[in-house]
Amino acid sequence: MTELALPKIDKKTLDKKDYIFKSLAKLINPEHVLSHKDEIKPYETDGLSAYKQTPLAVVMPENTKEVSSILKFCYEENIKVVPRGAGTGLSGGALPLQDAVLLSLGKFNKILEIDFENKCVVTQPGVTNLGLTHAVQHKGFYYAPDPSSQLACSIGGNVAENSGGVHSLKYGTTTNNILGVEMVMMDGTICRIGGKTLDQEGYDLMGLICGSEGLLGVITEVTAKILKKPQVVKAALIGFPTIEEGANATSEIISNGIIPAGMEIMDKALIEATDNFSKAGYPRDAELLLIVEVDGTESEVDVLLKDVSSICKKNNCSSLKLSQSEKERLSFWSGRKSAFPACGAMAPDYYCMDGVIPRGKLAEALLEIRRLSEKYNLPVANCFHAGDGNLHPLIMYDGADKEQFRKTEEFGAEILKACVRLGGVITGEHGVGVEKRELMCEMFNDNDIQQQLDIKTSLDEKNLLNPGKVYPILRKCAEEGRVHVHRGEEKFPDLPRF
Amino acid sequence: MSTEVRKNSQIFQDSNNTYFPEDETQISSVVKELFKKNQPAEVIGLGSKSFIGNKIQSAKKLSLSKLSGIIEYLPEELYIKVKANTPVELIEKELEKNNQELAFEPIDFGFVENGKSNKGTIAGCLSCNFAGSRRFKVGSVRDHILGFRGVNGKGDIIKSGGTVVKNVTGYDLSKLVSGSFGTLVALSEITLKVLPKKKSSNTITIHTEDKKLVNELFEKISSSSSEVSGAVYVPEEPKDDSYNQNKEMLFKFNDLKFQGSFLALRIEGDKLSIEERIKVLTMELELQNLNTSILDVHQSVPLWKKINSLELFENTKNNLLRAVIPPSKGNELIQKIGNKFKYYIDWCGSLYWIEVKSNKNSKIIEIKRLIIELGGYLTIVKKSNEFDYEETIFTIDETRLLISEKIKKSFDPKRIFNPGKMYRGI
Repeated sequence: MTELALPKIDKKTLDKKDYIFKSLAKLINPEHVLSHKDEIKPYETDGLSAYKQTPLAVVMPENTKEVSSILKFCYEENIKVVPRGAGTGLSGGALPLQDAVLLSLGKFNKILEIDFENKCVVTQPGVTNLGLTHAVQHKGFYYAPDPSSQLACSIGGNVAENSGGVHSLKYGTTTNNILGVEMVMMDGTICRIGGKTLDQEGYDLMGLICGSEGLLGVITEVTAKILKKPQVVKAALIGFPTIEEGANATSEIISNGIIPAGMEIMDKALIEATDNFSKAGYPRDAELLLIVEVDGTESEVDVLLKDVSSICKKNNCSSLKLSQSEKERLSFWSGRKSAFPACGAMAPDYYCMDGVIPRGKLAEALLEIRRLSEKYNLPVANCFHAGDGNLHPLIMYDGADKEQFRKTEEFGAEILKACVRLGGVITGEHGVGVEKRELMCEMFNDNDIQQQLDIKTSLDEKNLLNPGKVYPILRKCAEEGRVHVHRGEEKFPDLPRF
Repeated sequence: MSTEVRKNSQIFQDSNNTYFPEDETQISSVVKELFKKNQPAEVIGLGSKSFIGNKIQSAKKLSLSKLSGIIEYLPEELYIKVKANTPVELIEKELEKNNQELAFEPIDFGFVENGKSNKGTIAGCLSCNFAGSRRFKVGSVRDHILGFRGVNGKGDIIKSGGTVVKNVTGYDLSKLVSGSFGTLVALSEITLKVLPKKKSSNTITIHTEDKKLVNELFEKISSSSSEVSGAVYVPEEPKDDSYNQNKEMLFKFNDLKFQGSFLALRIEGDKLSIEERIKVLTMELELQNLNTSILDVHQSVPLWKKINSLELFENTKNNLLRAVIPPSKGNELIQKIGNKFKYYIDWCGSLYWIEVKSNKNSKIIEIKRLIIELGGYLTIVKKSNEFDYEETIFTIDETRLLISEKIKKSFDPKRIFNPGKMYRGI
């Protein structure tokens, strides 16, 4: 692991370590202040396990008032704070800092109210994404955003990262599915935004906080919108002999006025990897595999699948299977959902990217990635939320080989730069964190970044809340070399990642 | 004054002290000049919604009306990029060619203002963030903004977002700019998410005066998986002749079998799925026990157009309030306002448009207090001539106001854009 540039360590903070521990222990239950190295070890990294850092201390407040008093204390004492949800993030957004208190929301794990009348759930932020759906599914409801880590990731973390998922083309991401939040600002001010109403008046602070990666406030409560499950859900599994034909079919599906609930693409490398791994029965001869899921009424779903089928046939698909049962639909997904572990089984390490491109540039992007794969002599497998253009190339490498590791980094950065060149962005759902910080300048110029930093400063004038994340540490982007390193030890090997 | 600044003043400014920049570089020059001189300006487009909000005390105006036109429209990518002051109607016409639309249904405030349709510009639409009837299903204006370009209060050209739907790169400033009433950024370019237009639409109308039943029906509709895309209740209240005449003229449709108050719900899709959904809804809402009519597409489309043009309040000289509440609080609200005011309910029980006669300003305060108690918020959209400006137009609490002031400062430290339009100090 090479050096990761982080904010300058405040020696004054380190010098008054004992005073800080004692003070924090007065603010909350002393047992919830962890400072021994064995206790804080589990917190030294998040889902981006290539980076590790021991925090100054870990605090686990139990209620909003405690969060507020911790933040107020840290604000007055000029101590940095890093908020953390479930720690499943893939961009290092919850990476601790040596001179910062790590604020874990792990004890905020209760659902406070299930309100079917207003179609919402009021919950503490530490409840898992899937926990929300579990709480309401007995009445046929669910919470729509479904990041692949939904079994473990917390709803507070989802708000911080604006998490998406497979179904975001039709149902939106977190920002479109929450009604209100309670948050605590760095100076300890408690603020309620929104509630059980649609929209809010005044500046859309909820829109701002959603996806702000823990830089503007600490989320202590979330009011999430719930939806009734669709009447019928069916899927199609389609193989194509060439990338271009598959890519054309996806574009045509959208331009024919069809908005699938989910539309996923896998390339040949991933078809083989996942089929070996999960025996999903995928067409091994296909260059590109497309999964299209549609929902609605029985006849609507059948009509949509008929239209999808004819578009795919027109584009010379080599195989086409429609799900005849719920079991079969889930089997279509089983391979796709094992994409990450399947790659993990093929190489000592893999590095997952998260670029977004316009749908129409899919073939171009995949061919460019293939070209880069040859250039760097590193295998890559591609999965792709085709519906919304979110590309997840998985570069396979051996982290023990330093030269290969350096090449992997370069390869990843070149992919993201290509995404921007094709009209897309550097991150669709994993966040910028520390991982893609220095690539921000591929998308934004100094004015754009300055405006964002001005917002940050206006709400956290001492820059104490999660510093060193999202924005390049050195201002002039062009001068900044690449500094980050990824070594793909999967932190949560059991979680599906897609 | 520098030569460049003098040149800018001469080029863009007319005799009414209105600047007419033609592109974002020119906006930037003008704003830099205003910034230097500490001169605030009212930001205007086509003026279709300029009556909303507080009066602005500024000698200068910044008209962005010349920034109009479609920059890029890619139907297969589901986005359209336009100059910020492109008329909404022009965008809708362009989308229509590809069977696409702005799913949030922009509201036409022209009828309320002066009895004539005027949907204004897309920048105005975004700045107010008032979505139409489909809101509860598809989201608000802010949910359909993918990115923007514009000039902040220091004169810096800034951008945020992009053209793709999934994007978590940096803060989501598109949301912040939506509903900011032009107080943060003078917009130059907006990228919108567009969606395929549904093939057809039908509307079921349920004729009832029973408000409790109405709220029960709203609850059932929002619990249904039948994807109802509009649910509105138009009561025949208050019981006076002029109102009834106006309402009957407005909602005169061949297949509307009954007079009086009605709840209308819209189902969109292809013919088969509409039929299927009507069947399911008939069971779920127990429609066989109620007086209902079904309006075909030729009547359904104009009905929702009238709803989203607020034609019920055409040319009103009274105060018009827009209140949003948690839908479960509907009965409580109706009990208080029922038969005293002209109103209708949209967003499946969440949104109330209420007209308060000009001589009843004190009633506004009363209603506002109630709405806040119920967990909602209220905007005084149109003010009568007698309106007392001591009453705040928007709802906000102290903490949010403080945060909003800080955010305003980060975009527009000298309060050049629309000072006081939303709140004092912003």
